Amino acid sequence: MNTIENRMGSNFFSVQNLTISFGGLRAVDNVSFEVTSGSIFSIIGPNGAGKTTIFNCINGLYTANSGKMIFKGEEITGLKPHKIARKGIARTFQNIELFSRMTTMENLMLGRHIHISAGVFSGATFFRRKSKAAREEIKHRERVEQIIDFLDLQAARNQFVGGLPYGTQKLIELGRALALEPELLLLDEPSAGMNTEEKQDLIFWVKDIQDELGVTILLIEHDMRMVMDISDRILAINFGKPLCEGIPEEVQNNSEVLKAYLGEEEI
Amino acid sequence: MFLQLIVSGIAIGSIYALVALAMVIIYKSSEVPNFAQGEMAMISTFIAFMFLDSYGQGFLVSFSGALGFAIVLGVFLEFVFLRRAKDPNVLSLILITLGFEMMLYGAASWKWGAEQQSFPFPVSDFDIVNVGPAVASYLNIATLLVALLLMLTLFLFFRYTKVGIAMKATQQNVVAARISGIRANRILSITWAMSSFIGAVAGMMLAPIATLDPNLMMDPLLKGFAAAVLGGMTTLVGSAIGGYMLGIIETLFGGYVSLQFKSVVAFLIIVLVLCFKPSGLFAKHYVRRV
Repeated sequence: MNTIENRMGSNFFSVQNLTISFGGLRAVDNVSFEVTSGSIFSIIGPNGAGKTTIFNCINGLYTANSGKMIFKGEEITGLKPHKIARKGIARTFQNIELFSRMTTMENLMLGRHIHISAGVFSGATFFRRKSKAAREEIKHRERVEQIIDFLDLQAARNQFVGGLPYGTQKLIELGRALALEPELLLLDEPSAGMNTEEKQDLIFWVKDIQDELGVTILLIEHDMRMVMDISDRILAINFGKPLCEGIPEEVQNNSEVLKAYLGEEEI
Repeated sequence: MFLQLIVSGIAIGSIYALVALAMVIIYKSSEVPNFAQGEMAMISTFIAFMFLDSYGQGFLVSFSGALGFAIVLGVFLEFVFLRRAKDPNVLSLILITLGFEMMLYGAASWKWGAEQQSFPFPVSDFDIVNVGPAVASYLNIATLLVALLLMLTLFLFFRYTKVGIAMKATQQNVVAARISGIRANRILSITWAMSSFIGAVAGMMLAPIATLDPNLMMDPLLKGFAAAVLGGMTTLVGSAIGGYMLGIIETLFGGYVSLQFKSVVAFLIIVLVLCFKPSGLFAKHYVRRV
């Protein structure tokens, strides 16, 4: 079992000796991990530990100083964000990044950007429902409607997202990431700012995304109940350095992790 | 008299509206007012003139050549200079566009000299049609039609095409656009190409009624800028309407009040707009949440 998982892991997504410095500060220091296909892998750590920096590096917003990232046997280190999106890696942000002057529908349709092929001319001039561009538009709208149903966003469909409640905006961002039909989904603190009820729903959705859509999920989260509940494996880091990696129980009881979160006992 | 002034106002307003659109397209994607817009258009117009006059080409070849040149020029400036700027802030980018302005102005003066040329055009400025009691020249009407056609095309482009929507998305949130698979740098190049193209159209429609020299676009650029501020620097439709409004107000002022102070009206309008509705008449004012 273990060996199979290892083999799949190195084939699906792995980060090897990733190091990122900003000036003299090593924000991420020699971090390595492997994510098996179809699993939920969580990264935890105190504020400023370098979790989001790792995400920014994976999808190309930052460039690593050294180290490698391999996705499905292909090296993606140093690729531009739009190239990485096209490989099938989507993400959400800790502080929501949406197109705030567009509706929910338009935001999700933009998530489908990489799948849309109609050119400038056919896009601007379709008049009949049977034209190529129109058929394509219908197809993509159907897909987006499925996502709207899945995340219960019907009420927000035609509203401008800038004015919607925070929790809804987080879901729309998740929806936009799903619209890309990713194989690897990076979720950066999806439950931040949600109330208990919304968090419960979120846990179900994340499980559904894993089970029904078969998407591998990389999760940054501060809500320990949620992390311990849904993660297959957890990596704990502090000051950019890995503390320990393993299944939830191992990490929960690791003395280094407890020290990082609760501080050292004074003797 | 009144109707005649309105007709002339609409004719010159079309030019202002095109220049305003060209500026707003770039402003929306990078928050930079492009001060080289006028000279880019002027150079493109000179290219058309060169084809016509020196090489004896027909109008079709000359005009498409000039428009093609405008596109290349836009992409070139964006790719070679703006993109190289390290950690640019808005002020330094504005200064870069001012640099372009001087470069292009210098290049045009060197190549074609300061003497005034008359720009041949397939549509006459002297044949007229009656619009009620007023008259409009064929050229006036052609200018209006070309401007409206371009605006319609732009509307369709931003509303229905993948590139157009990607452009809108990039303007609203670059990071989100990039991680959704949009190539933001490429979008900026396209922005410059489009803007340069629209500017070149404005230049070529203006040249037959003005005289062609390196100062061709100086005044229209400032007026177009004023029009964009009037309508709202963040809205394409608003800035186009602003162009027509400015053209009409200015002509009416010239007709009824003072011809000498006609040009001052534009700047009076800028000041008034900035005092009472800083984001422009037609722009929704968005407060950035902190």
